[in-house]
Amino acid sequence: MVPIITRGIAIATAVLCVSYFAGVFSPSRKTNDIHDPMRKGIELSMTCGGKGKQFEECVKSVKEWEEKTGNKVNLVSVPAEANEKLALYQQFLAAKSKNLDIYLIDVIWPSLLANHLEDLSNFIPEEEKSAHFEHIIQNNTVNGALVAMPLYTEVGVLYYRKDLLEKYSLNVPQTWEELTETSLKIQTAERKTQKKKMWGYIFQGKAAEGLTVNGLEWLASYGSPLILLENGKVSLNTTQAKKALKVVSSWIGRISPEGVLNYNEEDGRGVFQSSNAVFLRSWASVWGLVNAQDSQIKGLVGITALPKGGVDGKHTNMLGGQQLAVSKYSEHKAEAISLIRHLTGAKEQKRKALSASFLPTHPALYSDTEILDKHPHFAEIYPLFESSIMRPARQIGLKYSQVSKEFFMTLHEILAKKGEKIEGKLQDLNNKISEILEPSSK
Amino acid sequence: MKTVKSTLSYERQKSSLFFVAPLIVTLLIIAGFPLLTTLYYAFTDAHLSDLSQAKFIGLGNYKKILSDSNWWSSVYNTFLFTLVSVLLETILGIIIALALNKHFRGRGLVRAIVFIPWAIPTIVSARLWGWMYHDVYGILNEIVKFVGLTDHPLAWTASPNLVMISVIIVDVWKTTPIMTMMILAGLQLIPQECYEAAKIDGIHPVRVFFRVTLPLLKSTLLVAMILRTLDALRVFDLIYVLTPNNSRTISMSVYAHQNLFTFQETGIGSAAASLLFLIVLSITFIYLFVGKKMAAYESH
Repeated sequence: MVPIITRGIAIATAVLCVSYFAGVFSPSRKTNDIHDPMRKGIELSMTCGGKGKQFEECVKSVKEWEEKTGNKVNLVSVPAEANEKLALYQQFLAAKSKNLDIYLIDVIWPSLLANHLEDLSNFIPEEEKSAHFEHIIQNNTVNGALVAMPLYTEVGVLYYRKDLLEKYSLNVPQTWEELTETSLKIQTAERKTQKKKMWGYIFQGKAAEGLTVNGLEWLASYGSPLILLENGKVSLNTTQAKKALKVVSSWIGRISPEGVLNYNEEDGRGVFQSSNAVFLRSWASVWGLVNAQDSQIKGLVGITALPKGGVDGKHTNMLGGQQLAVSKYSEHKAEAISLIRHLTGAKEQKRKALSASFLPTHPALYSDTEILDKHPHFAEIYPLFESSIMRPARQIGLKYSQVSKEFFMTLHEILAKKGEKIEGKLQDLNNKISEILEPSSK
Repeated sequence: MKTVKSTLSYERQKSSLFFVAPLIVTLLIIAGFPLLTTLYYAFTDAHLSDLSQAKFIGLGNYKKILSDSNWWSSVYNTFLFTLVSVLLETILGIIIALALNKHFRGRGLVRAIVFIPWAIPTIVSARLWGWMYHDVYGILNEIVKFVGLTDHPLAWTASPNLVMISVIIVDVWKTTPIMTMMILAGLQLIPQECYEAAKIDGIHPVRVFFRVTLPLLKSTLLVAMILRTLDALRVFDLIYVLTPNNSRTISMSVYAHQNLFTFQETGIGSAAASLLFLIVLSITFIYLFVGKKMAAYESH
């Protein structure tokens, strides 16, 4: 008898293993459709940014909703860098994962992820939708479906050291050429004093999405198209682009440290905030961090539009920002929508603007006296949305990551080689991107 | 019930098979299944957004990869990284193991300390070194300046000429301990009599090392180097954290990951992963073959 029993046990174990991995025994959960009423005692999971301040604010924002509705929210940490976060989301969504209900997505992702996201247009009252910036709502609407609600917006800005410009009686630079000159002057003078490590300009030069953002701002400020022309043809090898990249690559080792080629947003902020740089390009929400209690340059910082490309150029500021979206595979859709309405509403956005200077997506809040009293710089940021540009994610669609990667790799190469053979590299890039978008049948 | 008591050993064998079955089944599921799926996807045009649409396209992915200059630079980087780091780790490992093999006060403590770098997760140590390498506020440039090697700060993780060296330094720092551990174990297997005989004959210690220690350590070294080589060829996490997307350091694993996840090109990524698997497999066979030949030659 014994062998039969052992055989039985062995087979049973094997079957158990197989069925466990196949998900046969996964506990059956009660699912809830988008139309069902809200429930209590539900556990929602959402991603809410990995960075310190972002995460802290999220915890605070979620708490009120938890108490009001008697549900619980798990905040899931995700990588800070956009490319990695997107790759992770795409894995989850491709696997139709039920583990995440709400995704915090970048402003350029709605069209990339739309197939996996719930259409919210019928579940959010019209007046709540129209309270947001129209351009963001439009951006988040893909083929008529509103797939995400704006949580906060971002715009690329130039931070400058007011005290240093004053000390050498220089003006806030209006063009990239002026910025180069001003940087050189202050940097040379400061290095003769105690500040041996002073640099002129810090930006995001690491081979990552941040460099694509910086690169497009440079090109657009000189009037070069953003990768694609209106007819969908790739157009990067323009005289304006060459001019822009010539100026930019002259910075490396001259007004920007060589290390800038591996700086992301946080590395660069570290240099600026430890009082080792005159200018910094970053997002508008960094204001709160550089002016925090523990910052060495608290109160010494000014904020302005990014410079023009030459006197005939224009100010261009890249739009950024984060949205909240509900996964199609979520089992708690009604609760998820309620949470999103709470988080993106004017009250919560105002609280976050006051406590952490996050930029609201409600235009009305930019004339709110309470906010302007605490953050007068919001008045300077508001007009920047006029001159703002978007990354061409919508036009490029699913291949955006690949196109962006080719773009930032080439830019990185040009900067690392300090501007060698710009024209040839731009032509190669042009060909590569055309090939990605329209593979020739070789 | 007739066959139950045929032979005891046969039954034992049979029931033992049943006991191992769950393990084998589990292994097949968690290791065999993904491997076969990857090998299959390598021949299709699969895209991560919808794997069910995958169509068979023969060797198309391999053709694409072999004509991609990025792939060849990743192959070059991986082999350069493996060669230099394993060599350095072996030399340093031997030196440190020889020191730790001597009796001195506090040896236990020193042995424990030596293994700390290996115990820190790679992600953490890569981040840690990333900060130390920072060109403006990193501690490494302060040290370099203090010693007087250079007066201008070095861009460790950005300068095209330095970035591979930076990666190798972290890897050597991290994996020398495991090399040391394996070599130390080998050293302790060497019979003390050999050294005593050498001492009586008055042989110079350097000669003792090359004539006694090294030959007797050879098999241990071989095994240790094989393990490290196979490990180094698959390098991923360190480069992924320290210098992702840098064409000077991208390794074969990072290339595969990039295609699989960043670009969602499951087909191409799987083909790259399969190529890496083939390379590692063939190197293992070469090592085993050489090892066998060597053993046969020695016994002869």
